[in-house]
Amino acid sequence: MTDIQEITVQDLKHLVSERAIQGETVLLNMGPQHPSTHGVLRLLLELDGEVVVSCIPDIGFLHTGIEKNMEAKTYAKAEVMSDRLDYMNTVGNNLAYSLAVEKLVDLDVPARAQSIRVILTELQRFASHLVWLGTSALDLAAMSMFLYCFREREYILDVMEMCSGQRMMTTYIRPGGLWRDVPVEFEAAVRDILKKFPKRIDEYEALLTRNPLMLDRTYGIGKLTGEECLNFGVTGPMLRASGIAWDLRKDRPYCGYEQYDFKVPTRTEGDVYARYLVRLEEMRQALKIVQQALDKMPLGPVRSQNRKYVPPPRSEIGVSMEALIHHFKLWTEGYSAPKGAIYSAVESPRGELGVYLESDGGPKPYRIHWRTPSFDNLQSLPAMSKGVLVADLVAIIGSVDIVLGDVDR
Amino acid sequence: MGIEQKLGNLGVATTTLEQAVAWSRTNAMWPMLFGLACCAIEMMSAQAAHYDMSRFGMELMRPSPRQSDLMIVAGRVTRKMAPVLRRLYDQMPEPKWVISMGDCASCGGVFNNYAIVQGVDEVVPVDVYVAGCPPRPEALIHGVLRLYEKVQSMKFAEVKS
Amino acid sequence: MEKKLQPILEKLEKEFGTAVSEYRGDTSAVLPAEKIVAACQRLQDLGFELLSALTAVDYWPEEKPRFHVIYQFTSISLNLVLTLRVPVPGIKPSLPTISHIFRNANWRERELWDMFGIKFHGHPDLRRILMPADWEGHPLRKDYPLGYEEPQFTFNYEEINLRKPYAKE
Repeated sequence: MTDIQEITVQDLKHLVSERAIQGETVLLNMGPQHPSTHGVLRLLLELDGEVVVSCIPDIGFLHTGIEKNMEAKTYAKAEVMSDRLDYMNTVGNNLAYSLAVEKLVDLDVPARAQSIRVILTELQRFASHLVWLGTSALDLAAMSMFLYCFREREYILDVMEMCSGQRMMTTYIRPGGLWRDVPVEFEAAVRDILKKFPKRIDEYEALLTRNPLMLDRTYGIGKLTGEECLNFGVTGPMLRASGIAWDLRKDRPYCGYEQYDFKVPTRTEGDVYARYLVRLEEMRQALKIVQQALDKMPLGPVRSQNRKYVPPPRSEIGVSMEALIHHFKLWTEGYSAPKGAIYSAVESPRGELGVYLESDGGPKPYRIHWRTPSFDNLQSLPAMSKGVLVADLVAIIGSVDIVLGDVDR
Repeated sequence: MGIEQKLGNLGVATTTLEQAVAWSRTNAMWPMLFGLACCAIEMMSAQAAHYDMSRFGMELMRPSPRQSDLMIVAGRVTRKMAPVLRRLYDQMPEPKWVISMGDCASCGGVFNNYAIVQGVDEVVPVDVYVAGCPPRPEALIHGVLRLYEKVQSMKFAEVKS
Repeated sequence: MEKKLQPILEKLEKEFGTAVSEYRGDTSAVLPAEKIVAACQRLQDLGFELLSALTAVDYWPEEKPRFHVIYQFTSISLNLVLTLRVPVPGIKPSLPTISHIFRNANWRERELWDMFGIKFHGHPDLRRILMPADWEGHPLRKDYPLGYEEPQFTFNYEEINLRKPYAKE
């Protein structure tokens, strides 16, 4: 365990302005434990009174070594760790991992599994945006939004628990399909959600969208143009709020998204208010996708029949010798992937979530790298926050929608 | 016995000093905001309207360690974060308690590697461990109630000054 | 291979001498370390505005090359993706920086220095980003141990209890 280090201005000479070295401006530590930083993020602020002159983020307080730990586990066991990366989008992480493994070993997925995957991923996107809305409104002192959003989230977590037994870290989407078929109460619960939620979103809009306090605190703050966004590698709602309509679900579709009809909301101002509007509209579009997927859901199996990678159902093990052997091999040794490297990306609520997976022919991933969106989105924070007040900085951090598990891995 | 019969309807209650002190400590224990990772989301759910923790006295979470008496370590503690955790624990005034919420804080959880402290009891002394990955809000509330039972059975002399 | 990618690959092959390969629909090009800055600038001019990922693979105990650094580019205007691989030797690994072309390479190269020990010339601020500042070693290298601690079951409960560093008050 290392001790706390004293850092002087001399160590950070190259990052702060001249005035800090002369002592005109103050270096303030907005430490890892702070109510507004949405996790363990440390910001070194150089302040001239209340105005931020420069802002230096210090990350790594949640670095879990997931990439190295996954190299020590087989493909099936490593998926459990992928949930815990971006803990607001757990189903999406499982989907990214499953798509990467399926691309590497060239595995097919039946159509029913694709549509259930889409339903759960869009519900998870809705839940993630609810937490964003609740916590960033809480930072702007709109406390009732926090309570409303978490009330809505309980319905979605009930659906997750119904399918997989767990509220958050489900590991329900596995390479080859799903873990098991959805129970009979699933459709009724999701239709109930689809009936109730549009009115709730109208409630949020009535509270915040034309509220003069909200407009004062967020309109015109933290602007980023489209080219700056691309140069910083920013993707997701931040990029779409700055004018560039790039959504991996529409432009490089996966998992059957091309059959669904939905809009990709875009705005041009690129400030905190525009990002708020984009995410609110994304919540409505997520409900639209769930409606279409639920109506079109075909009947059929939910797992691939390729027994080299997907375990057989338990009922078959008693009657078939091959099923027993496959089960044994998959549980003891695990399946091996052919030698090669791929990159596969999905659209998470924060941006492009990519997986670089390389295999050397063995049962464990030789190298897995997670391209997480919050890492690049956070790099744009110093550029957005020159010359703003500290209170505006809190609003900007809320609009970037970082999840520190995503940044630090 | 005699004095209660005489005072009867005057609205006076008699008790021991330890019971009174324990009652005041448990009825308004303020937790310090120490949400690190996924367990923090379940802690926020426990604080929100569905599983209300305000019924148990935890009306709000204080971000400042000087004003809180309970630290709920929710989430995985890395080796970079451990000295910060210890410093915040030292800044809390006595009497203070620690709940270690979740598997990663109790024993390292799923992660057995170079970057995660294997159990937060290597850094701070823990009173109640709540298991789960992440524990349900009801499990956290159960852990809080067990802590209340522990506080109520604490003798005065046991509290360190 | 996508048709729009073909002329771009031909330009790359002519100017930088890349070797192109394809696997499961992904195209990747290998090129030597000294040409990477010019190649990235050329790709940005040709329409690849977004650097999606910058990562590395360690092939220890193979020494030549020990690392492969992987650059993943996305073109939004042309809807294409392309991977560049650069082999880097194991003794004093280093590469020129591209943080003046793509600004998100700044933190990504710091992460590669932290995790693999690959130095980047010309980087404005090369220090550790994910590990504590006084950490020794580069964790994602294959010869760095995982740090696995023995789990405490009932049969070895007492002996691990004795050597586990519990906190004092």
